[in-house]
Amino acid sequence: MANQTEATGLLGWVDERFPIIDTWKAHMSEYYAPKNFNAWYYFGVLAMLVLVIQIVSGIFLTMHYKPDAAMAFASVEYIMRDVPGGWFIRYMHSTGASAFFIVVYFHMFRGLMYGSYKGKRELVWLIGMVIYLALMAEAFMGYLLPWGQMSFWGAQVIINLFQTVPFIGDDLSLFIRGDFVISDPTLNRLFAFHVAAVPLILVALVFVHIVALHTVGSNNPDGVEIKALKNEKGIPLDGVPFHPYYTVHDIPAIVVFFMAFFAVIFFMPEMGGYFLEHANFEPANPLKTPEHIAPVWYFTPFYTVLRAVTLSPFMGTLAMFGAIIMLFLLPWLDRNPIKSWRYRNTAHMINLAIFAAVFIILGYLGVKAVTPEYKEMGVRMTEIYFLFFAVIFAHSSTNRGRYLIWFLVLAGAVVAIDFWRYNPEDAVAAEQIMWQWVWPIGYLVLTLLLPFAMRGCNAEKAVPERVTS
Amino acid sequence: MSNSIRKWIFVLIVPLVVIGVIGSVGSAGHGVALQSANVDLSDKDSLQRGAQKYMNYCAGCHSLKFSRFNRVAKDIGLTEENGYSEDDIAKLIGNLIFIRDEDGKKVKTGALMETAYSSKAAAEAFGTNVPDLSLVGRSRGSDWIYTYLKGFYLDDSRPMGVNNTVFKDVGMPHVLGELQGWQTLEHHEDKDGHHVPATLTLSKPGKLSAGEYDQVVQDLTNFLAYVSEPAQLSRKMYGILTLLFLVLFFGVALALEKEYWKDIH
Repeated sequence: MANQTEATGLLGWVDERFPIIDTWKAHMSEYYAPKNFNAWYYFGVLAMLVLVIQIVSGIFLTMHYKPDAAMAFASVEYIMRDVPGGWFIRYMHSTGASAFFIVVYFHMFRGLMYGSYKGKRELVWLIGMVIYLALMAEAFMGYLLPWGQMSFWGAQVIINLFQTVPFIGDDLSLFIRGDFVISDPTLNRLFAFHVAAVPLILVALVFVHIVALHTVGSNNPDGVEIKALKNEKGIPLDGVPFHPYYTVHDIPAIVVFFMAFFAVIFFMPEMGGYFLEHANFEPANPLKTPEHIAPVWYFTPFYTVLRAVTLSPFMGTLAMFGAIIMLFLLPWLDRNPIKSWRYRNTAHMINLAIFAAVFIILGYLGVKAVTPEYKEMGVRMTEIYFLFFAVIFAHSSTNRGRYLIWFLVLAGAVVAIDFWRYNPEDAVAAEQIMWQWVWPIGYLVLTLLLPFAMRGCNAEKAVPERVTS
Repeated sequence: MSNSIRKWIFVLIVPLVVIGVIGSVGSAGHGVALQSANVDLSDKDSLQRGAQKYMNYCAGCHSLKFSRFNRVAKDIGLTEENGYSEDDIAKLIGNLIFIRDEDGKKVKTGALMETAYSSKAAAEAFGTNVPDLSLVGRSRGSDWIYTYLKGFYLDDSRPMGVNNTVFKDVGMPHVLGELQGWQTLEHHEDKDGHHVPATLTLSKPGKLSAGEYDQVVQDLTNFLAYVSEPAQLSRKMYGILTLLFLVLFFGVALALEKEYWKDIH
């Protein structure tokens, strides 16, 4: 049975055979998005834009790149020098990788602020988290391809993580590398994943992410469900059609993004050694360990978590992956019915702000060489990172008695770990433990004791019926 | 209205802050303080002098294996627009070429700037591989090259009789010694007995004055900075044009948005 259509001509011909008009309506011209999106809502479309940039620039790079340990490094330099416009394509791709994580981190924090994982949006969040995981895998594999020193030694660090798994670790890492050391087979298989397998998964997941979002409807800075109030035609009172309103709304933001993006490409493509690390301009040399191995900046928060847990290498690896897994659980940890932080209590706002700050500090520590101060700070920031998830659970209801119990339990846990870690023979580390406890305890005071003691910090505001502004 | 202004201030500032923060954290610097090389790639004379010095003093051992002779010649200004005839250019490029192909003829002008010196022979002579310098301007940086070339001092304990302030126990001899002369490293202590940074003094002058030698090093550094990323010569110009276009387009895009949104309250 052909699709019923009123369209004529070519459009009619297509629409009889493919529901092109219905699809366009469902996702663009009759998808009603809240009219009160603020600047935080640009990062979703920017993430899609960067995905397109990465795919297109990646295709052109693949035309000239040689996935061969003997030729990879030279082929990248060939692209940089002899391929017309090759340097531009390559800088688009290398800057795009970092830009991807910048916009995705903002996009995720937006979700935290406005509770975008609530109200039947758990799947949107979960799919988004899987996209984030796939993105990290994609970035890691892509980073090996230039076959520079950091490519090689960074991959060494990451693949060795799998070696820490008890019993099967050696076989597992051997299986991943395809050799006893990182070498040509490793490069070839990571190339295959980087240019074919993972991009396919990423594109499919982004599609599913959007289908799930458009089924439930977009959240907004007020956390108001706009579908609750509709006019006689069934259109949400606070909704506007995505097209043309949000398409034209997004263009200026895309232009601003491009200004920053192209400023980096044309004026500082290495970004001070953070987007393209200096050591990666030396070809991979398995016999020469660089004096300071730092992963690319977007992995450094998790790298610090890995370094902070010194119990055993495997526990460090678990902590690192645990730090990512915890984010998956967020919709089931934050049980508070209010979505947006605008109407949550002050303690919740402080909690999110500190979490963002801690994530940045963890990232900063990850690029720095380990000193006693930084080492202990990495441990403390890791503690706060994990405490955040307990605190956001504790904030699910504004019962002040609960806050006190949670404070005692969590502070007790921090102190217990300190007692267990404290070793007077290691005077340098002990000295650091003795003062840096202020970070996690201070965090718990601000997020739990403060709303316990001050009613003002525990007061939630009434969520309006309609979106504001 | 004020709301939308606030929004755009936010949108414009966030990327700047991100770039600023990431940029200002800076790369982890350690070791000896480096002198600023003041690289200026628009100074074609300096690039040409640098190329000439490089081919005479460095290219015997150090290849630039990702660059091609004719491309370098063009980029450093040996072009017909600059008043060189076709024959001049061919001759000048010929002067840069010291390597030969399998038939014993000088390689073609489009050849990669390899070196005739085998890595095996180099390892035997200097105890280490002689690195290709195509990317040293990016891996080590221009300031490092500049400081390194000025940092050789006499050290009897080393096989080549010299050591270097920024590259401890370097295997390379002081090739430019005949130009610079020979320096000695003097250690100092302040009145409390703490070490203060050692200084280099010229104990045996070379053919050039200190100022002239600085210029040679500057030229070489300039040249290596160029070689490490030839795209530098043009990419900033593209950047300015791109940003100018985007600024204009931003106005158009914003006007379009305002036109559509004026009815939404």
